[in-house]
Amino acid sequence: MDALNIQNLTKTYATGTRALKGVDLRVKSGDFFGLLGANGAGKTTIIGIMTSLVKKTSGKAEIFGYDLDKDLNKAKKEVGVVPQEFNFSIWEKVIDIIVAQGGYFGVPRSVAMDRAEEILNALDLWSKKDQTARTLSGGMKRRLMIARALIHHPKLLFLDEPTAGVDVELRHGMWKYLNNLNANGTTIFLTTHYLEEAEELCRDVAIIKEGEIVRNDSVKNLIRSLEKQTYILTVETSKGRKPVKGFDVRVIDDATLEVDLHKDQTMSLLIHEFHENGYVVLDVRPKGNRLEQLFLNILQNK
Amino acid sequence: MNAHDTWIAFYTILRKEIVRFMRIWSQTLLPPVINQSLYFIIFGAYIGSQVKSINGIPYMAFIVPGLVMMAVITSSFTNVVSSFFGSKFQKNIEELLVSPTPNYVIIAGYIMGGVARGILVGAIVFAISALFTHPVIYNGWIVALFVFLTAVVFSLGGLINGIFATKFDDVSIFPTFVLTPLTYFGGVFYSINDLPPLWQTLTKFNPILYMVDGFRYGFFGVSDINVSFSIVMLAAFTFILAFAAVYLLQKGTGLKS
Repeated sequence: MDALNIQNLTKTYATGTRALKGVDLRVKSGDFFGLLGANGAGKTTIIGIMTSLVKKTSGKAEIFGYDLDKDLNKAKKEVGVVPQEFNFSIWEKVIDIIVAQGGYFGVPRSVAMDRAEEILNALDLWSKKDQTARTLSGGMKRRLMIARALIHHPKLLFLDEPTAGVDVELRHGMWKYLNNLNANGTTIFLTTHYLEEAEELCRDVAIIKEGEIVRNDSVKNLIRSLEKQTYILTVETSKGRKPVKGFDVRVIDDATLEVDLHKDQTMSLLIHEFHENGYVVLDVRPKGNRLEQLFLNILQNK
Repeated sequence: MNAHDTWIAFYTILRKEIVRFMRIWSQTLLPPVINQSLYFIIFGAYIGSQVKSINGIPYMAFIVPGLVMMAVITSSFTNVVSSFFGSKFQKNIEELLVSPTPNYVIIAGYIMGGVARGILVGAIVFAISALFTHPVIYNGWIVALFVFLTAVVFSLGGLINGIFATKFDDVSIFPTFVLTPLTYFGGVFYSINDLPPLWQTLTKFNPILYMVDGFRYGFFGVSDINVSFSIVMLAAFTFILAFAAVYLLQKGTGLKS
């Protein structure tokens, strides 16, 4: 069964802005799915509609087979949401925010307390449970929203830019936590501006542009579809070495080269050719993020 | 949601509301108590001593039900409008909107929070009145019915105000320009039988009159309006406002784009 099934979804806001222009999207149960797009592309509108915070103009949307027009409350029961903006009362204690959210989903207080302890410990927030939300740092607030979204054990978790403004160490910790969550069966629907995050976490991604899905495929296939990928090579020295035929090579400095690897070329071939021409290759790394290259190509209609 | 889950959701909202107004008791419980005490001192003890009795009731005792009701009205209305608008402003109302809690349960939770604060403040004001006059209760059931229905009506009014409010100014407009004048002209300080005929007729369009008058009947057994009629009026207001609140929430007015 699909965790999410959207057919011809449109949304026109009262201002006349057409945020969604007939979106079709399916997310398999158990998937880690990424929705990528520029600001204003329609990502948050899709999450808003799926979580009933935004009214759709037309189209059909289902969550685990529950039609949002007919079985909204059944669908809601399966969903947890971490919004882009902080949306909790800053005057309430961390534990109260989480336990109350459980209550809204029918989780008894005693059960919610136990679950809150488990989740807050996993997210390294248990020591802050009696602090009011306003005293938390930005990263802690993000984790609080994740904890709150999980208190009723949702089968589908919407994450709208969950790591925005979070430091690198914390972000990696959150990735690990989300990966575990997904491995344990929770379907995750992620929007993010960090393309490395999508490449790291997601199995499937869709790219939305001006309210329309322009690509929808597995991350593997999308990366494979890149015409070329650029790599940075660190070599012992490039002085006095012959040019390497068949590759576009740009010299950055004596020890650093930028090389384009086309779709029909392999990394083994690249290393071999450089070796044959007398280079000692010390390190190879991708220039930027591969998904980012694809994303930019699509947005710029390349 | 089954009945058990629905009960948990309702209890969660109510508990949260009570914890909220108790946490800030100096803003929620104290001011109305101080206000009403001043009324007791100035209108009751000082000016009241120079006013003849009304319907055979000493003036000080006559204004007690009205002042209690004033406190109930203001507290229940303010509780819901400020809490609901605050939740909208901070966006934490979304915690409820994304949950499977039915709209009528959301309304019931907020309303009972307002009723709890209204009744608590009313009880404190009534206790304070004992310092100025000997409190009597003619019919406790009538007192309880009127105080409960009035708190429900004004909590619903506060909720609807909160639904439409888009800025903090909107929260105070209705209490300042509508609620306060209606309360003062609702027979808190006088019997409508003492008004000229035109004013008597106009006053009968004021819903607060029926609340104050019926409530006063519960204390003294005398009223200007037929009590049964007042109960019907209150029940009608409750029904109409509850229906409007469910409709607005269902439609997502002021909450969903």
